[in-house]
Amino acid sequence: MSARDNILARLRVAPGSGATPGVRDFGVIEALEWTPAERAERLVRLLRSVNTEVHETTQATWPGLLRELCVAKGVGRLCLAPVTPVGAAASEALAGSGVATLAYDRDIEAWREELFFEVDAGLTAVTAGIAETGSLFVVPTPDEPRLLSLVPPVHFAVLSRAVIANTLLEVLRAQGYGATMPTNVLLISGPSKTADIEQTLVYGVHGPNQLVVLLTD
Amino acid sequence: MNRPATEFKERIQRALDDPQIRTNFRRAMDGLMAKRAAMFPDADELEQLRDLGAAVRRNALARLPGLLEKLEANCQRNGIIVHWAESVAEANAIVLDIVRKHGGKSVIKGKSMVSEEMELNHHLEAHGIEALESDLGEYIVQLAGETPSHIIMPAIHKNTRQIAELFVEKLDGVEFTEDAEALTAIARGLLRRKFLDADVGLSGVNFAVAETGTLCLIENEGNGRLTTTAPDVHVAVTGIEKVVETLDDITPLLSLLPRSATGQGITTYVNMISGPRKQGERDGPREVHLVLLDNGRTTSYVDPELRTTLQCIRCGACMNHCPVYARIGGHAYGTVYPGPIGEILSPQLLGCDEAGALPGASTLCGACGEVCPVRIPIPKMLVRLRREAVTRDAASPVKDAGAQRSTSEALIWKAWARIHAVPGLYSLVTRTASAFKKMPVVGPLKAWSSVRTPPRVAGRTLHQRMAARGSTK
Repeated sequence: MSARDNILARLRVAPGSGATPGVRDFGVIEALEWTPAERAERLVRLLRSVNTEVHETTQATWPGLLRELCVAKGVGRLCLAPVTPVGAAASEALAGSGVATLAYDRDIEAWREELFFEVDAGLTAVTAGIAETGSLFVVPTPDEPRLLSLVPPVHFAVLSRAVIANTLLEVLRAQGYGATMPTNVLLISGPSKTADIEQTLVYGVHGPNQLVVLLTD
Repeated sequence: MNRPATEFKERIQRALDDPQIRTNFRRAMDGLMAKRAAMFPDADELEQLRDLGAAVRRNALARLPGLLEKLEANCQRNGIIVHWAESVAEANAIVLDIVRKHGGKSVIKGKSMVSEEMELNHHLEAHGIEALESDLGEYIVQLAGETPSHIIMPAIHKNTRQIAELFVEKLDGVEFTEDAEALTAIARGLLRRKFLDADVGLSGVNFAVAETGTLCLIENEGNGRLTTTAPDVHVAVTGIEKVVETLDDITPLLSLLPRSATGQGITTYVNMISGPRKQGERDGPREVHLVLLDNGRTTSYVDPELRTTLQCIRCGACMNHCPVYARIGGHAYGTVYPGPIGEILSPQLLGCDEAGALPGASTLCGACGEVCPVRIPIPKMLVRLRREAVTRDAASPVKDAGAQRSTSEALIWKAWARIHAVPGLYSLVTRTASAFKKMPVVGPLKAWSSVRTPPRVAGRTLHQRMAARGSTK
């Protein structure tokens, strides 16, 4: 008998194993509802409460704002996905700004050192916002890989007001993942932080020390 | 009292005598209790959320064998390699084997209490493999050669000065600073290179979703995401009880856990992993392994009452609210899991010989049960395990049941029962006691009265008083 068989066999003989317990009533979460304006206000307030820089901007003007912010923050190299609408708009706006853009178009093995030590910022789109907790629902893709929102010290995230949902439950149900989840799904709620030294809150540990959200219409 | 019980008492005494421990924990626990309370302003909503959280966990446990099979099938479909381990030794062997297969020399670790349960770091180091903790608290504890004193905040027993001194002592070229930001930057700088070089990343799991084959991890620092993304191989270790049925099920737990634990609305990162790097993807591990550990959990599962312990989502709220934990800190318990949950879990994992005295370290005030986000009846379980610890019963599901039984204590209670069952004897004993005026300060009463005024015996028994009152009428 394998460990697996032994474990499952012990569980199966237990009294009450396999019983159908009462239903789970998600009403307490489903009841969390706000108007679109309230959702945006709540998301912005909660993100700011954990040191996130949120800029309320528009579809037309965010690339220009990104350019200003990159220059102001001294970002020399910004990694983005030029093939996506967000990445394309940013590339165009940054042309001639002195901020170099580069794509994450190689496997990590080919440029690990460079990504870890020579990229100042990463830019990603955001699939949805979550008003309840002030979170960005981010789904990494081949164009915007997992480390893009994690390794560079500054993470720029572009989020449209139109996709701010009430709760994570609502987002998960709307995505309708069923049995097929993407390789990685993330909720990001602020820059990385720790309070492990005598509960003193410090921002910027192993992840970005700045999260900059460009909230568009 | 058996040896582990005696040592437990000695550790408690040492902790109580250490003003630094008392100060550090008092301040931290007060802060955490206030933060949690502020996060749940609506009492009705909190109770409904706890109902849902408990229902999710009870559902998962009621269907545990089926859900584990489903989790395994869906993980495998996603490309995650699933391993099963009955014991800590088996789990350690599995991890070592994976690391060796990849020619690994170094393992970077995200926070995992199950890996503490396995003493995995020792096991790997004994086989020449470096295991480095990357959570700042765990990193500090590892540098100091200690174990975590809290399941969420491992280095809570140390203050900034102690950490600053530790860094100077253990790390090359570090100058003394009591600035938490500077200390954090030092650790970040040193670990950055390690994330690049590590062959294998090892993490725990907060929730494993059966319906999608997803591993859900929560954290604030980003070390968990790096651990599970940067190295070529990711190994996740978890107890078999961490499974939930559906993706929906994680939402109430995510709502309850960070608020109960640290008074945060949500952690900075929630990381849902459903497989290794796919064709065309640029990063992420090429192999993901999931190790499902039993280590005594199936034994608890057999008993419907003990099974409730497995509902635990490891938030630590019971510790933060425990008047005993706040005074003695986590190390006094001498077990991986301290505080109220540790007091009921440890006797089940380790047996009553090793950990049977732990449930005694409680005032039964009930705070732990009141704050538990998944409604584990911890106070009731403390009483149950106290009984298990002193009742010899070969059929008991708890290992070494009765190991804490003391002949003298048993005799005293037997006599007590006899006295209360026979009226003549009761009368004789109470009259004799009242004649003494003072209670003899010996044995347990001596210890008890060392910090309290010993009770005085009434000059006349209640029966005598009532009789006297009746005669005046």
